[in-house]
Amino acid sequence: MADSASHAQPASTDGQTRRDFLLYATTAVGVVGTGLALWPFVHSMNPAADTLALSTTDVDFSAVQVGQAITVVWRGKPVFIRHRTPEEIAQARKDDSADLRDPQKDADRVKKPEWLVLIGVCTHLGCVPLGQKPSDPKGEFGGWFCPCHGSQYDTSGRIRKGPAPLNLEVPPYAFTSDTTIRIG
Amino acid sequence: MSAYKTNNKMVGWIEERLPIFSMLQHSAVEYPTPKNLNYWWNFGSLAGFMLVVMILTGVFLAMNYTPHTTMAFNSVERIMRDVNYGWLLRYLHMNGASMFFVLVYTHMFRGLYYGSYKAPRELLWWVGVVIFLAMMATAFMGYVLPWGQMSFWGATVITNLFSAFPVVGQYIVTWLWGGFSVDNPTLNRFFSLHYLLPFVIFALVFIHLWALHTVKSNNPLGIDVKSPQDTIPFHPYFTIKDLFGIGVFMMVYLAFVFYAPNFFGEPDNYIPANPMVTPPHIVPEWYFLPFYAILRAVPNKLGGVLMMFGAIVVLLFLPWLDTSKVRSGRFRPIFKQAFLLFIIDCVVLGYVGSQPPADTITLIGRIATAYYFFHFLILLPLLGKIEKPKPLPASISAPVLRGGGMAAGATAKPMEKA
Repeated sequence: MADSASHAQPASTDGQTRRDFLLYATTAVGVVGTGLALWPFVHSMNPAADTLALSTTDVDFSAVQVGQAITVVWRGKPVFIRHRTPEEIAQARKDDSADLRDPQKDADRVKKPEWLVLIGVCTHLGCVPLGQKPSDPKGEFGGWFCPCHGSQYDTSGRIRKGPAPLNLEVPPYAFTSDTTIRIG
Repeated sequence: MSAYKTNNKMVGWIEERLPIFSMLQHSAVEYPTPKNLNYWWNFGSLAGFMLVVMILTGVFLAMNYTPHTTMAFNSVERIMRDVNYGWLLRYLHMNGASMFFVLVYTHMFRGLYYGSYKAPRELLWWVGVVIFLAMMATAFMGYVLPWGQMSFWGATVITNLFSAFPVVGQYIVTWLWGGFSVDNPTLNRFFSLHYLLPFVIFALVFIHLWALHTVKSNNPLGIDVKSPQDTIPFHPYFTIKDLFGIGVFMMVYLAFVFYAPNFFGEPDNYIPANPMVTPPHIVPEWYFLPFYAILRAVPNKLGGVLMMFGAIVVLLFLPWLDTSKVRSGRFRPIFKQAFLLFIIDCVVLGYVGSQPPADTITLIGRIATAYYFFHFLILLPLLGKIEKPKPLPASISAPVLRGGGMAAGATAKPMEKA
């Protein structure tokens, strides 16, 4: 081995020998192979098939009166469904032109203006904002108030004040009838 | 190092095949230790002792704990009520975590004051910082296991920190959770990692000790050992001193365990986790409060996360940030005061982290955060340049022997060969 190595050396002065090529190629294959072998371990920590399979929720909100709100569970998270009053809708539309951190029109955030459907998770660090119960603080903008770090959302669930960077997320959903939706 | 000799045939037989006795003789008996170490030097061995206590109590707790969202809370309550001495194991473990951080923070402040991070101890310091990070991860995941309200919402808030990173943030969070919220897969993996990491820490402690025994202990004077007269053997002098320290420490630790076991806890964690309701005031365990305050001090989400991690990363750069050639704060009149201010600043940050967000609290948090970084990034580099340190003694023995140490140092052989 040592003998052939000393033979190969003078053949090229800049180290571009066949032996070098073999060394680099083997190392590269080894690194890529190890990386590929690691992937199953990493991916095993991503959501499993059964977790993904539980990703739709059907909701019937026929009993929810104007001004009331309900919270349902979707993917282990709370989803807020608020039956907005005409005043809340008007306020949300008026605020389309307000100074918004994450600009979005109210019309783009609802399928039917009276039903506001939102993921009830503060976009700051994931707390559940208050504002669903009549007794809850709703913040300065009549929407939701996060108790953890003081983020405030308006009647369209848009971030108006506090540390959260984004509006409350609108989950994918579709009306399956006038009073039922499927989330997910 | 003197060659290891024994008259015991069995010891000799083992020694020839596995030189464990000579290693112990070299590292735990003869190991030359500066003779002027004060009680602040007890905290390293105390932390090591605490690690053993945590692993021992943890292994036995795991025999009765069930990592499932529907059973975790009740299994912990069963440990408390039905398992023989379960309450003792859990309270030892729970308060042990707090004690562990008390010890390690003291150990770190000791290093900061006496310049134990300076050459040639940089690597020793870095391994220590890595141990600290591993401890924080272990403590955080352990706190999730009882599956109370604080467990759940602490996990939610901390894992959500990673969502601050642009583009990949949400994928990282989903990956950490193993789902779309903190749920059973999260609890399972946290239990797995909470069991694994202490053993990683254990291995890191041995690397820490390996580096320590290569460069040897720093000392309150911060000057190098110059002769064998400056040192005494580790055994019996420091074995007995460390044991005495453990005795004193146990009185404090067990006082909490027996008389105030929930002193460090949050009452909300005795409410089972409810993913639909966030407790009105979420606070992390006390040992995370200063970092939590830094997180909240920054109005930008990503900025806050980066600052919080930066508060620890900055420790890694200390060997270069502190430009002073003098190690020990004892000889640095201005640094001494800056160090005191820094401790006060850390306490203020801790207090701010424990308070609900309000305008004045946020303002104090911002000033304290700014000072934290000012201390490391501006004050320390500057002090080394402008400060005039007091004269250093000629040797460790010199101040004690009032000049006699000089003569002793002159006749002694250099330490390396001893």
